Amino acid sequence: MQAFEYANPMTVKDAVALLGASWTDANVLAGGTDQLSLMKDYIHTPKRLVNIKNIKELAGIRKAGGNLRIGATVTLDELIDNREVRMAFPSLVSAARGVGSPQIKNMGTVGGDLCQRPRCWYFRNGFGLLAQKNGRSLVDDGQNEFHAIFSQGPAKFVSASSLAPALAALGATVTIAGPNGTRSVDVASFFVAPSSDQQREVDLKPNEIVTQVLVPMSGAKNASYEVRLKDGLDWPYAAAAVALRMKGSTVESARVVLGHVGPTPVVAEGAASALAGKSITEEVAAQAGESAVQGAHPLSGNAYKVQLAKTAVKRALMEAVKRA
Amino acid sequence: MQSKVHVRTAINGEPAEFLCEPRQSLLECLRDLCNLTGTKEGCNDGNCGACTVEMDGRIVTSCLVLGVEAEGAQIGTVEGLARGTELHPLQKAFLENAALQCGICTPGFLVAAKALLEQEPEPSEARIRLWLANNLCRCTGYDKIIRAVQQAAREMKEARP
Repeated sequence: MQAFEYANPMTVKDAVALLGASWTDANVLAGGTDQLSLMKDYIHTPKRLVNIKNIKELAGIRKAGGNLRIGATVTLDELIDNREVRMAFPSLVSAARGVGSPQIKNMGTVGGDLCQRPRCWYFRNGFGLLAQKNGRSLVDDGQNEFHAIFSQGPAKFVSASSLAPALAALGATVTIAGPNGTRSVDVASFFVAPSSDQQREVDLKPNEIVTQVLVPMSGAKNASYEVRLKDGLDWPYAAAAVALRMKGSTVESARVVLGHVGPTPVVAEGAASALAGKSITEEVAAQAGESAVQGAHPLSGNAYKVQLAKTAVKRALMEAVKRA
Repeated sequence: MQSKVHVRTAINGEPAEFLCEPRQSLLECLRDLCNLTGTKEGCNDGNCGACTVEMDGRIVTSCLVLGVEAEGAQIGTVEGLARGTELHPLQKAFLENAALQCGICTPGFLVAAKALLEQEPEPSEARIRLWLANNLCRCTGYDKIIRAVQQAAREMKEARP
């Protein structure tokens, strides 16, 4: 690991002031499970590392107006154990549980889950976010079984966040602090498909910090489902999260979001409109799954993900209405 | 670049301090600076769990924690399991069940399993397997490790008043 200067600020203001104009000036350290791994591989080489875990205002979960406010440094384990989260957002609990390792759940944070870098093995081996060599995509002709079925331009990696699909379906927003104060972004638009290696896959500047996530307590029925090879430590092949505003047993409005199938969480608007006005039956849920994968363009080795994404949508919907 | 950092922490209940570079992992600090070589380095990337230690009551992979983050923390390593010459029930059960061969993964398994049994004294086999999913063993095939944890759970239950 390249040597760096360590900073341990106690306030968000001090932390932001310690960051710089470029990603090589300074990086944020929270759980460290991805950041330190990236630094060991020289993918991230910051001159300064800013530990934000001792900043009190970034901790804790509490009700704030009509939202549940989840601090950026809340660990996945704290999220799973929280009573309010368990009552209102089973989709978040199930998504966080999917991160199978107790060690990672104890270390990894909510902000870190959103900001973790893609797992694309070309990226992790130094070929850049778009995995190109001489202007050609290494992904297209290479090992792409875990890559996107919803590519966006040259971006063929998949977003690695476990929580993002559930948060996007719930209509959550991310609060970001920077040198000019704070701004707020929908989780769904926090993720962006980069068109060059110099860009990031999230709407965050090198001198900004994710401070919290606000999840509206709308009473929507919600669930998420991950299709995975094993229950232990790994990322899923495909995931779906749903949030349903119900009137009796009829869906008034729905949000369906796919995970691990595109460079951002994929908001499936077709599936959502197919659900409006219907009662959820197995058949309706399966149809929503079909709608959700309209427009998918698998690569040479990942057509299997289309079926997994359909199944994830169906199972998430059945899970959401199973609950009283 | 800044020079070394003086870190004050507590390891296995005893106050401890060391002088480390910010880039040194807690694993390196424990092994190379504190001479606590029970904690092992496996993958050095968070995948294998060999370096699992307790930090403020929760298990972490010490290769993905910086030594400087241990400031003010309570660290628990495999060296803290035995009481004098009396082995922890998990350590005895691992020996009796031949739950180790090369032994590199063993300290991580012991620390992780101890945390599970403190939290859930009677875990199911499936629960034990899932809990230990971040601890890899390339020798035993896991069955003996699972049996050892189950035996230790039974013995710890019987030993409780």
